[in-house]
Amino acid sequence: MSGDEPGKAPDQRAVDESPENAPATLDPEVRAVGARHGMFGTKGSGDTSGYGGLVQPVVYPGLARRPLDGWHEEVASALDAALAAAGVSDAVEGIVVHRGEITFHVRRDGLPAVARALRDDPSLRFEVLSGVSGVHYPDDKDRELHAVYHLLSMTWNRRIRVEVAVPDADPHLPSVVATYPTADWHERETYDMFGLVFDGHPALTRILMPDDWPGRPQRKDYPLGGIPVEYKGGTVPPPDQRRSYN
Amino acid sequence: MTADQDMYASSTETTEGRVFTVSGQDWDQIAEGLAEDDSDRIVVNMGPQHPSTHGVLRLILELEGETVTEARCGIGYLHTGIEKNMEFRSWVQGVTFCTRMDYLSPFFNEATYSLGVERLLDIEDQVPEKADVMRVLLMELNRISSHLVAIATGGMEIGALTVMTVGFRERELVLDLFELITGLRMNHAFIRPGGVAQDLPPGALDEIRAFVALMRKRLPEYAALCNANPIFKARLENVGTLDLEGCVALGLTGPVLRSTGYPWDLRKSEPYCGYETYDFDVQTWDTADSYGRFRIRLNEMWESLKIVEQAADRLAGLEGAPVMIEDKKIGWPSQLAIGSDGMGNSLDHIRHIMGESMEALIHHFKLVTEGFRVPAGQAYVPVESPRGELGAHVVSDGGTRPFRAHFRDPSFTNLQATSVMSEGGMISDVIVAIASIDPVMGGVDR
Repeated sequence: MSGDEPGKAPDQRAVDESPENAPATLDPEVRAVGARHGMFGTKGSGDTSGYGGLVQPVVYPGLARRPLDGWHEEVASALDAALAAAGVSDAVEGIVVHRGEITFHVRRDGLPAVARALRDDPSLRFEVLSGVSGVHYPDDKDRELHAVYHLLSMTWNRRIRVEVAVPDADPHLPSVVATYPTADWHERETYDMFGLVFDGHPALTRILMPDDWPGRPQRKDYPLGGIPVEYKGGTVPPPDQRRSYN
Repeated sequence: MTADQDMYASSTETTEGRVFTVSGQDWDQIAEGLAEDDSDRIVVNMGPQHPSTHGVLRLILELEGETVTEARCGIGYLHTGIEKNMEFRSWVQGVTFCTRMDYLSPFFNEATYSLGVERLLDIEDQVPEKADVMRVLLMELNRISSHLVAIATGGMEIGALTVMTVGFRERELVLDLFELITGLRMNHAFIRPGGVAQDLPPGALDEIRAFVALMRKRLPEYAALCNANPIFKARLENVGTLDLEGCVALGLTGPVLRSTGYPWDLRKSEPYCGYETYDFDVQTWDTADSYGRFRIRLNEMWESLKIVEQAADRLAGLEGAPVMIEDKKIGWPSQLAIGSDGMGNSLDHIRHIMGESMEALIHHFKLVTEGFRVPAGQAYVPVESPRGELGAHVVSDGGTRPFRAHFRDPSFTNLQATSVMSEGGMISDVIVAIASIDPVMGGVDR
């Protein structure tokens, strides 16, 4: 092998440039949000495993193609028709079907119309809003904060999810309390934990945390907190600072 | 301040009016103080440490005489950041946290979380039959113990202490069964993604059957004591009413919704863990009041006994069947055993991983240190808890820890009805209305 000759650099290319190690092209069916680096959660120390350089995209299920299967298509087309009648046919950005659950991604300005259509249209009839849940995706650029609504139709015995994404810089979205009064406390909790501002909410105040609490605890940039614990001469760091797999 | 004045029960002037701090045996001072005021309007801050508010719940009541004109809830006193903590533990460890939320129905918390994780892992079909039957058995026993506490504390809050003592007497029997099966009376962390932690211990089925037989004798005592009791009925009937429209608009589920006569039960409408194969009826009442909710809870305990019996019969035929998923990359490998000094590591398992199988050791090590990865996505699999729809919104980014776990707790949602149930009524009826919702503050605040 030529690389064995003294004074001459090996003609083998660097490992990450070789074609076998090029990252696989992404399936168009998925949506990449950020990347996962390394494997053992260590940062700043020498990497002896070789896994520290590992970079993998974080991929979420991508948008579904119409027509969908079964009752999903019935709901999707009924919603399309109802939104067209309401004059906001572009309110739905896309639909994700994953593990049998359907998620409608909705533009924030279209949310009140979507909620009203979902509740009132006879072929939709999602009478019950089960809850509102916030999720913070720091790597989802300009869509960092998501509000996720779980809806239930007792008439049709169906469940759907409505998801609204807003940028961290402008965390405003309309409240659905006017349509679903049960959203009152749920939106307050999401505001409390993520700082999502639900415009039009009758009294948007903190609900679980004290009124003067600084910060939004469920955001990813908010630390878990905790102190190191000494035990039998050793020190155990708090859970968010322990070495872990990512 | 003179010597006979209580320094902790003084009155202070604020911009909102005069504020009294009530600490007991100071009614004369308050009556005198209020006599000077010509308005009948009083704002009473009840709780968060009041014995009748069903937990650390703070009620802000505006009163005209004894009539409540406005009722508001202050919650959050039991917020422990369980959802945040779960983001820093592995998927399996998450069960240990969420079981502590609604401490009266721990198995339901574990079940909805585990079902969500299983859906994301796409292993719903691979969960062994025996694990499903054991989940149903434990959840129904748990429903009985939870309803017993609801009835017991509800009785205590209106002064019926016998209802409390008999309720807790029977609940203790259920907790003994839990201790026998899972090793713990509460906070079991027993239902886990992929199955349940342990097989049924020897003799458990006999104990369960003995319990069912005993409950069939004891439950009629509750009916005899309460159902037609004129004082009990006078306190509960037509109190805390909320019709079907109100329930749907406010998202109320469980006994409160069923007390309007609408037979909505997720065990029937969206069966999980094989509930569609059990024979039981959904209990409803048509009065939409606190009395109806009491009767529903009583009747649901009978239905739960029926399901427990059926589950016990099935378990008798499933002896030795697996209780954890076959997949070695997901199924928690570690086993516990009862030794001479209590529950501890199973020596058989240690012998197996240390002496017999290298692969078993690797799987054990990887699962215990790293855990398993869950494909990115989100899932929501609700279950019918004793209080209504309990669901976990589980979000994964493909890692070894939950990216986000949010619990839609029925107590949290149902408590919103406090205002509409109690405004316009007497202050004593506020207690009854809240007891009929049966909120568990551990679940409300999480």
